[in-house]
Amino acid sequence: MNREDFPMLKQDIIYFDNGATTFKPKCVIDAMSEYYSNYCANAHRGDYEISYKVDLAYESARKKVADFINASRDEIVFTSGATESLNMIANGFFAPILEPGDEVLITLSEHASNVLPWFKLAKTNGIIVNYIELDSNLHVSMANLKKAITPHTRVISLAGLTNVVGDIRPLKEICEFAHSNNIFVVVDGAQSVAHTKTDVKAMDCDFLAFSAHKMCGPTGVGVLYGKSELLESIVPTNLGGGMNESFDSIEEVYLKDIPTRLEAGTPNIAGVIGLGAAVDYLSNIGMNEIELCLIKLKKYLVEKLVTIPHIKIINEECESGIVAFNVDGIFAQDVAYYLNKYHICVRAGNHCAKMLKNAIGVKNTVRISLYFYNTEKEIDKLVELLQDKNKILNEMI
Amino acid sequence: MDANEKRKVILENYSHPYNMGIAETDGYIKTNSNNVSCIDNIDLYVKIENDIIKDVRFTGEACAVAISSTSIMLKEIIGKSIDDVLAYTSQFKNMVDDEPYDSNILNNANVFDSVVRTGNRKVCAYLPYNALLEAIDIYKGVDLKEKKG
Ligand SMILES: Cc1ncc(COP(=O)(O)O)c(C=O)c1O
Repeated sequence: MNREDFPMLKQDIIYFDNGATTFKPKCVIDAMSEYYSNYCANAHRGDYEISYKVDLAYESARKKVADFINASRDEIVFTSGATESLNMIANGFFAPILEPGDEVLITLSEHASNVLPWFKLAKTNGIIVNYIELDSNLHVSMANLKKAITPHTRVISLAGLTNVVGDIRPLKEICEFAHSNNIFVVVDGAQSVAHTKTDVKAMDCDFLAFSAHKMCGPTGVGVLYGKSELLESIVPTNLGGGMNESFDSIEEVYLKDIPTRLEAGTPNIAGVIGLGAAVDYLSNIGMNEIELCLIKLKKYLVEKLVTIPHIKIINEECESGIVAFNVDGIFAQDVAYYLNKYHICVRAGNHCAKMLKNAIGVKNTVRISLYFYNTEKEIDKLVELLQDKNKILNEMI
Repeated sequence: MDANEKRKVILENYSHPYNMGIAETDGYIKTNSNNVSCIDNIDLYVKIENDIIKDVRFTGEACAVAISSTSIMLKEIIGKSIDDVLAYTSQFKNMVDDEPYDSNILNNANVFDSVVRTGNRKVCAYLPYNALLEAIDIYKGVDLKEKKG
């Protein structure tokens, strides 16, 4: 649906790599270009008309994002993306409070950005990174989560929706259980926020990280959400302009309140404005609508793929727009190159979840990640091209 | 060779790669080359004596272009002197990088001349050459030490 909103869709391509980044609707591109063309000035200055307009636009984007995930505006910190947000959470909040032997729970299907910051704390703080066992569908079950918790568990850090398996984690239940055991919950929302309605209050997570570019917004901007009392304790790693109140000497440095304290330097103003426009755009369609559309498209795709004997789907059982599969005897990358000849964009590889191979015994997959502008017709074309294995073999070079 | 014939050679080398698998590793220099973005991963076992490439074998898992390029590389270099192999490798690199090159030297490796123009395939085609150059470096290092001793 809404295909006409996307300039990229005027090209003769079928784009199935939305888990990597989504296309941008014209309204997002226009909002950014309008900033650069009509009121290009710095933020947080406000001494003249256009600069005041920038302040309004920037802060109104913050409000939009807050409303979008049911947070309050001072709980929204703009970052460069989910990766930076997750690093700020690990380094700014947890590094100062975690002690040797404290445990952080993740899974083998996490994205590198939700693994490596914790690995770093294992080196610097002596924390222990443990894994919640995935069930046979590669999902996180409450039973396995409870089994993984020990008296030393301090943090559970999970993607809301993983980028290879596409499974949705029972976050509300996880948060409830975790909090009753004094455990913090960090949610990597890079995929989930784009795919389903996010309500941080209902879910009750402590932190949430996500990126604008995976939800119709621009690259280079993202969000760190934290409960305000927790954001308050994040130690800023970036210091400089914009985030200080005043300073006279080393001893006399006064910082601004959150969230501005955590946004040192001139921010990605155009990006933030673009994100605001993306949030408006998605809200207009409705996140529930988007989720239903993705589930329907995925179901349509899976029903067709399972009839092809040489295709093995890794994640049949998931309620999202992600399908990972392999063609028997053909390297995933060769499948991707074959499809590329027909202008179909899919991703091959390990998709930054490099430890997942230990869980599924498959290093590489072809990944289709759908978004609401994909169509059944596009899926038909893909399925038709995958029907004949000899055709793939002959044409992959 | 037309595009179809080139494709046939590539696929033939992919389905029946030359010298894939190794039973005896004694006397071989082992090097690895991998491409993190697409998980191509190839181990090369190179036996060099008196500056001649005596034998090369390989193991690994990789896409059709990387496997096939390794197979063809092996056919081209076994029995040749290090100097000849270095000259051949530099021409292959030029082809991959879209620089002027001498196609006579490349022989069968010319089949990759158009494949390397699509997407990231040039990285795959060049993959075994990284491992080969590393093995030659190791051989030279060892050799230098021996000469000094
Ligand atoms: C689950 C997940 N987490 C984190 C990230 C990192 O997002 P970004 O690269 O935008 O920082 C991604 C992106 O692929 C992702 O899929």
